[in-house]
Amino acid sequence: MYEKDKLDKILSSYQKWEENKIVKLIEKFPERKKTFTTGSGIEVKRLYTPLDIKDMDYEEEIGYPGQYPFTRGVQPTMYRGRLWTMRQYAGFATAEESNKRYKYLLEQGQTGLSVAFDLPTQIGYDSDHPLSEGEVGKVGVAIDSLKDMEILFDGIPLDKVSTSMTINAPASVLLAMYIAVAEKQGVSSDKLRGTIQNDILKEYIARGTYIFPPEESMRLITNIFEYCSKHVPQWNTISISGYHIREAGSTAAQEVAFTLADGIAYVEAAINAGLEVDEFAPRLSFFFNAHNDLFEEVAKYRAARRLWAKIMKERFNAKSEKSMQLKFHTQTAGSTLTAQQPDNNIVRVAIQTLAAVLGGTQSLHTNSRDEALALPTEDSVMIALRTQQIVAYESGVTETIDPLAGSYYVESLTDKIEKEAMEYIKNIDNLGGATKAIETGYIQKEIQNSAYKYQMQIESGERIVVGVNKFKVEEEQKKEILKVDPQVEIVQKKKLQKLRQERDNVRVNEAIATLTEKAKTNENLMPYILDAVKAYATLGEICGALREVFGEYQQSVIL
Amino acid sequence: MNRPIRVLVAKPGLDGHDRGAKVIARALRDAGMEVIYTGLRQTPEQIVEAAIQEDVDVVAMSILSGAHNTLFPKVVNLLKERGVTDRLIVGGGVIPDDDIPFLIQSGVEAIFTPGTSTKDVVEFITTHVKRQ
Repeated sequence: MYEKDKLDKILSSYQKWEENKIVKLIEKFPERKKTFTTGSGIEVKRLYTPLDIKDMDYEEEIGYPGQYPFTRGVQPTMYRGRLWTMRQYAGFATAEESNKRYKYLLEQGQTGLSVAFDLPTQIGYDSDHPLSEGEVGKVGVAIDSLKDMEILFDGIPLDKVSTSMTINAPASVLLAMYIAVAEKQGVSSDKLRGTIQNDILKEYIARGTYIFPPEESMRLITNIFEYCSKHVPQWNTISISGYHIREAGSTAAQEVAFTLADGIAYVEAAINAGLEVDEFAPRLSFFFNAHNDLFEEVAKYRAARRLWAKIMKERFNAKSEKSMQLKFHTQTAGSTLTAQQPDNNIVRVAIQTLAAVLGGTQSLHTNSRDEALALPTEDSVMIALRTQQIVAYESGVTETIDPLAGSYYVESLTDKIEKEAMEYIKNIDNLGGATKAIETGYIQKEIQNSAYKYQMQIESGERIVVGVNKFKVEEEQKKEILKVDPQVEIVQKKKLQKLRQERDNVRVNEAIATLTEKAKTNENLMPYILDAVKAYATLGEICGALREVFGEYQQSVIL
Repeated sequence: MNRPIRVLVAKPGLDGHDRGAKVIARALRDAGMEVIYTGLRQTPEQIVEAAIQEDVDVVAMSILSGAHNTLFPKVVNLLKERGVTDRLIVGGGVIPDDDIPFLIQSGVEAIFTPGTSTKDVVEFITTHVKRQ
């Protein structure tokens, strides 16, 4: 980016500065540490100068927002045009209670919904399944059938909100329920906007709510891609997630690498299923974490955007620019929240919010201060949402696009993370792709090693966590934390019993039998799942039928 | 000590958050213990069966979904029903302080919450293990 004689001059002045100012000084006053690193362990130099980005080509590597390789953002005007979507992930107990929380959040100025489902729903079990015991309504809302979904979105016009659903293995079923609720509201499926997570590979890697084996799961995913491209064209059909990979302990570069490697696997699966890349790729979206190391996180988002654009263009020959744009949702890092002095978490979340925004996110969930203790209370959720609003309206960082571009440090870190991620992707390609690399445990092992290293750094005091291994106080936990009433499980079971008595069971049995038969063929299963849903077959019955045909994934336990 | 302490690290319930369980498993192993990890989604029955089959001295359970009040005591009771009372049972995860007295009373001897050092877990197990 600089002329050679200018660089020579900078090099010599830089060396002089080191000799004259630094060498003697640090003999007398050593720096705080021998080596400085980012949150993920990348070594950080004392000072960054034009020398660190001397080989960078502005046009090719950085460029302009809304233009390949999208390093500076996917939209041409970014937040000057429209702010990110403020989307708090919420849901607990019954559909009735969650519906109330959504209405509250919308009243508070939230601009999109994000549904959290309880674990039985995420794993395709009804509330009365033996494995559901103790879990019903705990980490999200319990949905057993279309009935619950109708209550969940009661009074919320589905053509006016965009809804994100954190659902993976049974994503096709929940999407079908959403389409069916919309239909009842008189909203046609082409008007629906939102996202299903639908990212099974990271469930095998890090999140754990898988049901079926990889091949069958990939089939369901490509069925959804195909169905939505025709019937629900505004829907983001997958949210390829690095969030949970990072929560499991990966580094920033691993988060980018493993997420994009999963992305490659989905694109390949869809192409193999006969889809055109530019038909489905524009509906792919991503989901990343926001940790505390501000500059590293910003560099991470920029690197991910650039790398994905290159992959789509060069590896998959995408022609549409929309296929090359990495759009992403961000959530602040749950794993950085401390149970100790929980109000400190408000500050951590503010820094992470800034990272996500400076990194150009399309939507954001901010965690609440009490989430290392339990689900958040309404007060805590309010502070978390206000944090986003303060960054949006008061901090000024939204007024120009990608304001950290050109920072010698951020640009060189962006480059470093991209290169490290490319190395990992190469390794995964050599192992036969992401699915194989998961089956052999390579990806899980890499993450576990990083997680263990991180923990040991905390325990040795090499890494400081305020309130945990330094600046500790004796404290008592605050009493106001959200508790889900154990009655929820009983209520939900009763609702289910009533449903099974009142619905047209002949129609249900027929729909389930047809679905079972079709699962054995190569047909797209979405229409049959939709039929079963409309007949009020339960989630457990639908997933049960598919379990019969597909079998279940057996986790390889790697320590 | 004539043989290493044997520990079953177990994930009852449906949540997939095993970062903590795996870090603990590795730390216990690095401290010289023999560690068996069950993997995800274990029922209390499966955990008890594994504990007996593997003849472990310690059952260390991790849960982050909020189902601890149901599932931890169930493991303790099932072990008792099988006549096994000489094992150290500990738990960890996102567990509110308010729930801890109940869990201790149910027979879980220690609850480790976020921010606990693995050294503290190792030390607790070493000093409280019942069979050696």
